[in-house]
Amino acid sequence: MLSTQLAQLQENVPVGLADAEAVVAGFDDALVGGFARVGDEAAAALAALAGAVAGTPLHDRVAEAVAKVTAGSFSQEDLAALAGARSALLGAAHDALLGQFDAAVGRERTPWSASVGVPAEVSAPRGAARAWLHETAVAGWRGVDHDLLSAVGTPVEAALAEPGLRRLAVLLDGLAAELRACLPVAMMAQVPARRWADLWSRAVLLAQDWSSPADDVETISGRLLPLGVDIHEHGTAIGVQVHGVLEPADGGAARLVRTTVVAAKVETITGPAVWRLLQAHPVLLAALAQRRAVTVTDLPLHGGDLRWIDGQARVGEPADPFAAARLLLTTAVAAATAPLDCHPTAIAEPVLLEGYTVRQDDDRLTVEWDGQQLPVAVDRLPAAGPLTPALVAASSCCIGLLRFDGGRWLVQPLAVQATVKRKPVEAHNGDWAEGITDPKVAKVEAKAGDAVAVLRERAGRLLRR
Amino acid sequence: MTDADGTAWRRSSVLAVVPPARPRKLAKVPFVELADGRLQGVVSSGSDIERVYVSSVAAGSHAYHCSTNNNRPCGGLRGAPCKHLEALAEEAVLQYGVDRVARYLRVDAGEVVRGGADLLARMDTRHEPTPAAVVFSRFLRHLAYLELPDSTTALPELHWFPATGAVR
Repeated sequence: MLSTQLAQLQENVPVGLADAEAVVAGFDDALVGGFARVGDEAAAALAALAGAVAGTPLHDRVAEAVAKVTAGSFSQEDLAALAGARSALLGAAHDALLGQFDAAVGRERTPWSASVGVPAEVSAPRGAARAWLHETAVAGWRGVDHDLLSAVGTPVEAALAEPGLRRLAVLLDGLAAELRACLPVAMMAQVPARRWADLWSRAVLLAQDWSSPADDVETISGRLLPLGVDIHEHGTAIGVQVHGVLEPADGGAARLVRTTVVAAKVETITGPAVWRLLQAHPVLLAALAQRRAVTVTDLPLHGGDLRWIDGQARVGEPADPFAAARLLLTTAVAAATAPLDCHPTAIAEPVLLEGYTVRQDDDRLTVEWDGQQLPVAVDRLPAAGPLTPALVAASSCCIGLLRFDGGRWLVQPLAVQATVKRKPVEAHNGDWAEGITDPKVAKVEAKAGDAVAVLRERAGRLLRR
Repeated sequence: MTDADGTAWRRSSVLAVVPPARPRKLAKVPFVELADGRLQGVVSSGSDIERVYVSSVAAGSHAYHCSTNNNRPCGGLRGAPCKHLEALAEEAVLQYGVDRVARYLRVDAGEVVRGGADLLARMDTRHEPTPAAVVFSRFLRHLAYLELPDSTTALPELHWFPATGAVR
């Protein structure tokens, strides 16, 4: 990505983005106080939400829901309509922002063609989740208490037991743990209103008896060149998402894809130890740690999401991610995001940044060139890999994900080339996928002991009695 | 908080609201949590590998209890918190930091608190038997996470939960 492309991206703020943000902010503030009693300000915010979807097929349903919530007598369906309207606005913001990114860097993107889903059978875990989300909306974030948070256990446990509901389970578990840690919420100086409303709205949508299409996926074979890995984590989940370029075996155009593996964990397993939870996927880990290409056979591809099946992948020749990014990133074809997943937070576009300097003030880093500036998402550097703020500060080239949050574009480094003590060094998020390669860090980890082994021993002794 | 008036805090989707738990040795105290209005957890017996103690301190009231998972009261409770409760508090402070534990339990930790046992000593504690089953079943549920199968379907919600903590 060139500084001129960045300039174009930052100058062209999508029309209507600020208006959409304002409507969403109003809704989010209303949810802080809860819908048990809707005051004048919250009523106005809800009316604005209905107004924002005027002229769309959502309007009548949302207007009705707003009237009912404002009057204080509402159903789960009314809340679903509000969550839907909020998600539609942010989905539109996503589309506009991603469109400007594509225009700025010249990225080609295939439109979404699959269906958006079909009604599914009534599911008890989903019903329990809807009931909990309804109670939460009534209470508002400031009204959340120990009892409400203990009550989330039932839907989480039920959803975890069904592989098809893993998304809902992981989301509710993450949200509830965060709320628990913030109790009493009334004592917080500021509530993360946008974030929690995002998570609540998405959970409401995932808790509807609706299934995303699973049957209309294509399968693909070819050579996958990993560009970098984005690591996600909360107390009970670890996810790695590998971004890569897939060269189809049939000679078709190279595609930008991502492949995800998620494992359940507990919060005391963190840092580099999380890789040990992913050992059922040795080919993926080897490709990351050894920076190699992978030959994949008949893997399902849903939009840009390549469904990982380790047994259908083979580790191939060494493949330098920087070389792959330099050669293929400008021409590889990206895929559209699934409609219900569209949200500015879903934007994670691989980019190659070169020839910059990094400005450091306090704990903030900013990539700079030719008067262009791009903040670094320092909080997104994981303890599970070798990248540190200091290494990013010393870098001049990076593979990163372009993200949008808090009204601005940011870069999340996945790999850097830097100069440390006059020597060139290179570090990738996935370097420790097969074990820590930095002796100093390995020593600290060894001292902390093997959390995975201790808990597995306890589980073996206590769980099956 | 990232800025003075908290706008970024209120209007950002991705924030490190809760710092990740800090790694600690799990052999002695495999499970600690701040939940259900209590600091609660499980402490491995020093003498019997098959036995565990369930210990808890309630937020606010600071009522404590310790028993085996079969509800046999801990012999160390003689009008004061036992060594299991002290170990629980120590490990909780390691895992969450003293501020978070003190805030959750509603302890005034205004002055310098050295560790969990110190924090426990500052509370006006009293003994009140509570059933071990609730905490123990939460521990078993905790362990059951490690038995769940992996998932390879995309999980877009995880974009709200980036792994963080590179501070070395």
